[in-house]
Amino acid sequence: MSHLLTSTLAFFTPESGGSSNANQIDSLYKITLYIALVIFVAVEGALGYALWRFRARKGAVPAQIRGNTRLEVGWTIAAAVILVGLAVLTFAKLASIQDPANSSANGEQSVGESGLLYASADRKLPPNGKSLNIQVIGRQYIWQYVYPGASEPDGLGAPYSYEQMVVPTNTTVTLDIVSEDVVHSWWIPELGGKFQAVPGYHNYAWFKIDKAGVYRGQCAALCGRSHARMIATVKAVPPAQFEAWLAYQKQEIGQANAEAKVERAKLGSQTGAGQVENP
Amino acid sequence: MATFLAPVPQVVAHRATDPSSAGEAHGWTSWITTTDHKRIGIMYMVTTFVFFCLGGVEALIMRLQLGAPNNTLVTPQTYNQLFTMHGTTMIFLFVVPMMAGLANYFVPLMIGARDMAYPRLNALSFWLLLAGGIVFYTSIFWNPPEAGWTSYAPLSNAIYSPSGGQDAWIFLIHLTGLSSILGALNFYATIANMRARGMSWGRLPLFIWAILTYSILIIFAMPVIAGAVTMLLTDRHFGTHFFDPANGGSALLWQHLFWFFGHPEVYIMVLPGFGIVSEILPVFARKPIFGYKAIAASTVAIGFLGFLTWAHHMFTTPIPEAILVFVMLSSFIIAIPTGVKMLNWIATLWRGTIELRTPLLFCAGFLALFLIGGISGVFLAVFPVDWQLNETYFVVAHLHFVLVGGSVFTIFAAIYYWFPKITGRMLDEGLGKLSFYLMFFGFLATFLIQHVMGLDGMPRRVYEYANVGHLALYNQISTVGSFILAVGVLVTIVNVVRSLKVGVVAGPDPWKANTLEWFTSSPPPVNNFDVVPLVRSVEPMKDIRREVQQRSSGATVSGGATVPTGATQVGV
Repeated sequence: MSHLLTSTLAFFTPESGGSSNANQIDSLYKITLYIALVIFVAVEGALGYALWRFRARKGAVPAQIRGNTRLEVGWTIAAAVILVGLAVLTFAKLASIQDPANSSANGEQSVGESGLLYASADRKLPPNGKSLNIQVIGRQYIWQYVYPGASEPDGLGAPYSYEQMVVPTNTTVTLDIVSEDVVHSWWIPELGGKFQAVPGYHNYAWFKIDKAGVYRGQCAALCGRSHARMIATVKAVPPAQFEAWLAYQKQEIGQANAEAKVERAKLGSQTGAGQVENP
Repeated sequence: MATFLAPVPQVVAHRATDPSSAGEAHGWTSWITTTDHKRIGIMYMVTTFVFFCLGGVEALIMRLQLGAPNNTLVTPQTYNQLFTMHGTTMIFLFVVPMMAGLANYFVPLMIGARDMAYPRLNALSFWLLLAGGIVFYTSIFWNPPEAGWTSYAPLSNAIYSPSGGQDAWIFLIHLTGLSSILGALNFYATIANMRARGMSWGRLPLFIWAILTYSILIIFAMPVIAGAVTMLLTDRHFGTHFFDPANGGSALLWQHLFWFFGHPEVYIMVLPGFGIVSEILPVFARKPIFGYKAIAASTVAIGFLGFLTWAHHMFTTPIPEAILVFVMLSSFIIAIPTGVKMLNWIATLWRGTIELRTPLLFCAGFLALFLIGGISGVFLAVFPVDWQLNETYFVVAHLHFVLVGGSVFTIFAAIYYWFPKITGRMLDEGLGKLSFYLMFFGFLATFLIQHVMGLDGMPRRVYEYANVGHLALYNQISTVGSFILAVGVLVTIVNVVRSLKVGVVAGPDPWKANTLEWFTSSPPPVNNFDVVPLVRSVEPMKDIRREVQQRSSGATVSGGATVPTGATQVGV
């Protein structure tokens, strides 16, 4: 029975369960839903009752009423009061949705040493100022994730991945969302709201996953013909596993870059850079 | 006695000359050259209804594509073109100009005028609309636009959308926008200057209040989109960079400009519908409108507030929190006058004697559906909640509840209500009711379930989806519903075509309605009225009928000696 109730409610509510901000949005949504249901039932009920009760019958005389100022003022104020209440609730919930929480004790621990976690001043950060910051780059039609740990100036040499983002559990992850071409929108429903990646702008989001697992989403803003295929997944793994993955990724990318450097040098000595363009 | 005699409604207006003689023009050239507001109105309505059918076919193809997961009926490119054409068609070539068509036909009649203030400008408005539609639809023979009806930059810029279809879209906005602005100026001038004697602002029919507000919104909002698409055009072809972030332009600027137009556009589309409902409900409940002043005032209030809420379409963009909060609150505030109207309409039905004829059914359908669209709108106004719902099928459902529930159902109510006036014949009630029930339940089947698809994480504007959860089932329900809805529309088309030939002859005032268009014959003659009666209330026809009754009973008492048969005293 309770299972049926839960699944019925899930039918009417957004995805949640991955991160606390998604859960808070879900509970704000549910409050709105309960208020809405009362209004819906009352107004549709009044409409249906009026259509049935006051349909033309023999001998019925329509009441020639032109209005009722007190009633009209009354329901205007009632509507305003409901909306004021909803606004107050939204403001009360806002902090828990917008402001990132601290990482848990069993989250990623390499604080401030590896450069894995760093603080930034231009957006909301956890109270202790520490989070794993990942840059999310939207491109037609793939998401790229750049992790901290650049080995060269201008952020070069940082580990990155495409499509699947790997993150440590119990760790606050802050996202810096940008785009390299058109407008995209980052969205993993179970991890909270969506945020547009607009070229020329930075947008910010955060999540903190307690349960290891894979969370799925996709680009939510029309970005061209393959928009439907621009999917994104977030894979949460225990911190130790995450560190191993990141090290492996960094090593692979470093190795590939080194090989490319050798290849480039080889090509340069064979043909000479100038010869290609001016034979 | 300082009175003059006017004939009873049945014979109030005559053709200036015998139609069979050379007085009234005939043939197709007479339609092309006409400046008669009624003929222009008919051309508007027929043209826009054709576009409605085209937009509907596009929607059905999309629903077929989504009828199964990972379907390959159409290519991604075609799918993007379909939803771009569908949205653009329904908004710019159907709802807005259909309302202009209804207003063209009925504004002069309802205010007791003999034509619009600027008849030739009126004809120009129509021909600009048709030109816009032709320019846009011609693109289907080459490359239709594919950046969505919102055409967000930079996707709509030349690098990402090189085809001429995007330019066809820009020209459509220019041509239909100009058409709307000229039409709006004309409505404004007509309403401000050409009302019957005695029709003060407090006696203006509520449909006229709605058209007045619609006109003001168009005059303020359309130039903004005209400017925006001009900037897009020069970005695309003449080397400017208004929306190009790589060269100092702003991609967000497009969204601000677009929605500064786009949100008032929503009210441009639904306010006339509100006006139609406010006219029809009292007629079929046989009861005055409840709270005339509140409805008129809330129409104007919605028009004003409609300009303060545009950024609620941009809750997920990088904008300051102050804007998020402001726009959430302004969106809440606009819900109040809208909710007040809803309650006023239900109160109008309350304690009436409701005749469940087709026009009333469509109005009741509007009330039932628009309420759902209004409530889902409040969810979307709460910006943290919107972060989950924005750009999903929840929004698709919301906007269709507002625009099909709010505009299309009221347009159908208007068709059933005013068809007898326009053609002189009644539409068939049986077919009308069948059409209503098919449309109503077809609509619910199509769009109610789309809320759930959005909540389950299905974004809008995707040509395929994976077979996860119950998405396949939900989409199948929606697809089946859309075809039921389409059959409902088809029944009305059959009804219209059939009734033109065999419909019951209507007479001037078949519904015993309240406003002046029913004072003249059906269809009205070129000059509309031989005599324009003095207006003494918001329901002039009620006054006239009462007077006819009094006169004729008085005539019976006095033996009919002093009053000519079939005539009534109207006036001072």
